[in-house]
Amino acid sequence: MQTAEVQRHLEVLKQINDPEIPVLSILDLGMVREVIPLDEGGTLVKFTPTYSGCPATDLMRAQITAALTEAGFGPVQIEEQLFPPWTTAWISPEGREKLRAYGIAPPVEESADKNILFGESPQVPCPRCGSTNTRLISQFGSTACKALYACNDCLEPFDYFKCH
Amino acid sequence: MDKNQALFEYALRLGDSALIHGQRLAEWCGHGPELEQDIALTNISLDQIGQARNWLALAGKLEGKGRDEDQLAFLRDVEAFRNVQLVEYPNEDWAYTLVKSYLFDSFNELLYRRLAESSYEAFAAIAAKSLKEIVYHKRFSSEWVLRLGDGTELSHRRAQTALDDLWPYTGELCEMTEVDEVLLAEGIVPDLKELEANWRAEMRDLLNEATLQIPENDHVHTGSRQGIHTEYLGHILTEMQFLQRAYPGLEW
Repeated sequence: MQTAEVQRHLEVLKQINDPEIPVLSILDLGMVREVIPLDEGGTLVKFTPTYSGCPATDLMRAQITAALTEAGFGPVQIEEQLFPPWTTAWISPEGREKLRAYGIAPPVEESADKNILFGESPQVPCPRCGSTNTRLISQFGSTACKALYACNDCLEPFDYFKCH
Repeated sequence: MDKNQALFEYALRLGDSALIHGQRLAEWCGHGPELEQDIALTNISLDQIGQARNWLALAGKLEGKGRDEDQLAFLRDVEAFRNVQLVEYPNEDWAYTLVKSYLFDSFNELLYRRLAESSYEAFAAIAAKSLKEIVYHKRFSSEWVLRLGDGTELSHRRAQTALDDLWPYTGELCEMTEVDEVLLAEGIVPDLKELEANWRAEMRDLLNEATLQIPENDHVHTGSRQGIHTEYLGHILTEMQFLQRAYPGLEW
């Protein structure tokens, strides 16, 4: 149960997007683990980075501080919480839908695809035409979190947000 | 040696190894044989540098002298680095880079799996996070070792040459020092000799499948735990540290 005050903080944080995937907010990504309005004033934000070397992390931290401060919730402390490690399972259902609409195939969670059990690449539906007749081009894509796929039916290449 | 000093040394070892490997892989940026492979190595490089940042930030806290991860990365000289010598080795060609990566990744996967269960929370947290990335890295490098080793006559020859040259650097990864003994006694880190047996068995299986011969040379290049490195490290630092040395305190 979120208190009304925490809810107001979250409304502010919802406006902050991942600079590399601008359709997703940091809340859609599940990176904000906890928001604690402090008795002495100010806010403590517990934040989990996605990939260790993601260059967007520093920018997002700066944006959190700026946005909450501007909304009158400062001073802001950000506590980086490495454990438990971030996982794509934390991406919200709305976030997954936004990814698909943006042309990035959302992560195929393990239970959904037996290929993963055998160490194979997952069967990823094309975000444009929906075909599952797709192929992996490279495990590494335009950012740390993505792999490159191509659709064998509509022939479009696309990004796949890797299961992590 | 007290526990805190040992934790600091261990964090430096892992952080420096990730940093130097990441720096070496970054040298491929713009030079990969195909765009996808170029992107792959720079992605892995980025993960490694991110892991280095986590370890070195922790090392700075453990040391308690106010040094942060940037100061540790950019303002120490060769003898203060604790990375394994393997990762200093030049990239040479694609086969060297991928064989080197495979040796490093396969060892790290086993090590980090154990560290993720460490009784010291800060180690366990960084290891658990890094492990997810290392699994991808090993998948990539092991697929390439298979492809090159069991590929054409030329790719096989190059992969075998790389393995022959790099093999004497593998022993150092499993070397136990006082740092390891102190932390092992506390249940914080695994026994590397025990881990070595599993690692060698796993490598033997993959290298056999790749039709590569495990070198009979059992010489071990060693010294990094005491700050002794190959001549390559100084050259790497010259390039990596240039900006902070030339313009102290410069910020991005």
